Amino acid sequence: MKKIMEESDIRRALIRIVHEIIEHNRGTKKLAFIGIKRRGDIIARRIAERIKANEGLTVPIGALDINLYRDDLQLISDAPIVEGTDINFDVNKRIIVLVDDVLYTGRTIRAAIEEILDFGRPMAIQLAVLIDRGHRELPIQADYVGKKLPTAKHEIVDVRIKELDGEDCVLLQADLKHKSSKNRPANAPPRIQMPRQPRQKVKQLTIESPKKDES
Amino acid sequence: MNPKKDLVGIEKLTAPEICQYLDLADNFLEVLARPIPIVPALRGKTILTLFFEASTRTQISFSIAAKRLSADIVNFSQTASSVKKGETLLDTARNIEAMKVDGVVIRHSAPGSALFLGQRLEAFVVNAGDGAHEHPTQALLDFMTMRQHFKSFDKLRVLIIGDITHSRVARSNIFGLRTLGARVAICAPPTLIPLEIDRLGVEVFYDLDGIIGEYDVVMALRIQLERQQAGLFPSVREYRACYGLTAERLRRMKPRSIIMHPGPTNRGVEIDPEVADSTRSVILEQVKNGVALRMAVLFIHAGGKIE
Repeated sequence: MKKIMEESDIRRALIRIVHEIIEHNRGTKKLAFIGIKRRGDIIARRIAERIKANEGLTVPIGALDINLYRDDLQLISDAPIVEGTDINFDVNKRIIVLVDDVLYTGRTIRAAIEEILDFGRPMAIQLAVLIDRGHRELPIQADYVGKKLPTAKHEIVDVRIKELDGEDCVLLQADLKHKSSKNRPANAPPRIQMPRQPRQKVKQLTIESPKKDES
Repeated sequence: MNPKKDLVGIEKLTAPEICQYLDLADNFLEVLARPIPIVPALRGKTILTLFFEASTRTQISFSIAAKRLSADIVNFSQTASSVKKGETLLDTARNIEAMKVDGVVIRHSAPGSALFLGQRLEAFVVNAGDGAHEHPTQALLDFMTMRQHFKSFDKLRVLIIGDITHSRVARSNIFGLRTLGARVAICAPPTLIPLEIDRLGVEVFYDLDGIIGEYDVVMALRIQLERQQAGLFPSVREYRACYGLTAERLRRMKPRSIIMHPGPTNRGVEIDPEVADSTRSVILEQVKNGVALRMAVLFIHAGGKIE
């Protein structure tokens, strides 16, 4: 287990994201935030609070539960726990900033976009995430990223948020069920899988030191 | 929590299982309020409603619930089915199996028919009323409505008035309300109260006027007029005089108490029009909650792959 971000790192990353959002959209007039439950909506609330502190404007915030839009309902064994979506403003003609904690395969974001479109036709949807861990399975990218984190698929990125977990930090954990993490001590650094290059035969070069003139 | 394959009755459900349905149904009310009230959760699932007894509200409610979840729904009712041609329930079941249906909602006059079908089908089965046995989705939507008004079932006092003997709604309500911790009483002419009903943990009364002021929820059941022909009570007028929910009795009810009815109502028999249309009546809330509740039932039983 390795700590990737401390409380102060998260705070700084969110401050930067707030500035990027305001700069990119030239203000906050048409903005609205929608966070994906259960951690994205809390991060969205923090971003909105900071925008209020900086710009003096209250932006609408919503929370999204994407479970009814999942593409793997047939594959998982239990019906997921649905907590309900909460969008109390008109999404039409607004710039929606979708907020989530971790961007991974992109499937959650696809479901979220589809759900938002069922509420109306926003002017644009942008994406802000705290961690981008790679391994996309759909053509989806984030507009605002707190930290890019190269990971292996079997690793678990654990974002902890004060309101739910009692602390603010990001942890990277090896999945203990995975075979490559067997026999490894718990405090070993995570293995990062690099794409394997075919080994090339390298001709051994011997550099001969120039002979000194013995004269 | 992994649900059982079928929803046959309330009797065997635990309180957390009942609350799982109610919590999800509360969340589905939000879906129904959206500009496009439809979610893709059950896309590609086929659900069959198999109604061997006449019904309008329950069958429509299940159909709308399935459509709101993007499931495909096929409605089958007695007049259209081959039951009239003499097919047995087991043969019907085998045919359903062959057509690869994911779920079956069944109403049948024989108690135990949903259980029978559930044991023989791979598809999940939801009981929409089996004779005088149980009507679980009606009871669950009643609990949902009660919880919206009173927040908790602890110390809640519920009075059920009417034909208890022939009522599957009463039975399902009694089972569930006892599990959830409410106090249940029934009130009816002795001919409409089954023997040994007190073994289910309910209080039995015969005089409505003496007790109506003590209850938070007063639920009237439909009086079927053929019962009067069978001689179970002298006349409809006398039933109304003794057990009907009249404006006079409404005035004597507890403040903030609610009036429920599973429908369809016999106005002027078990409930007077001015009571059914009063602000204390939650009959239409029950119908509205019914769609969300049935969405929850279909989602829990069809949403995941059940091992």
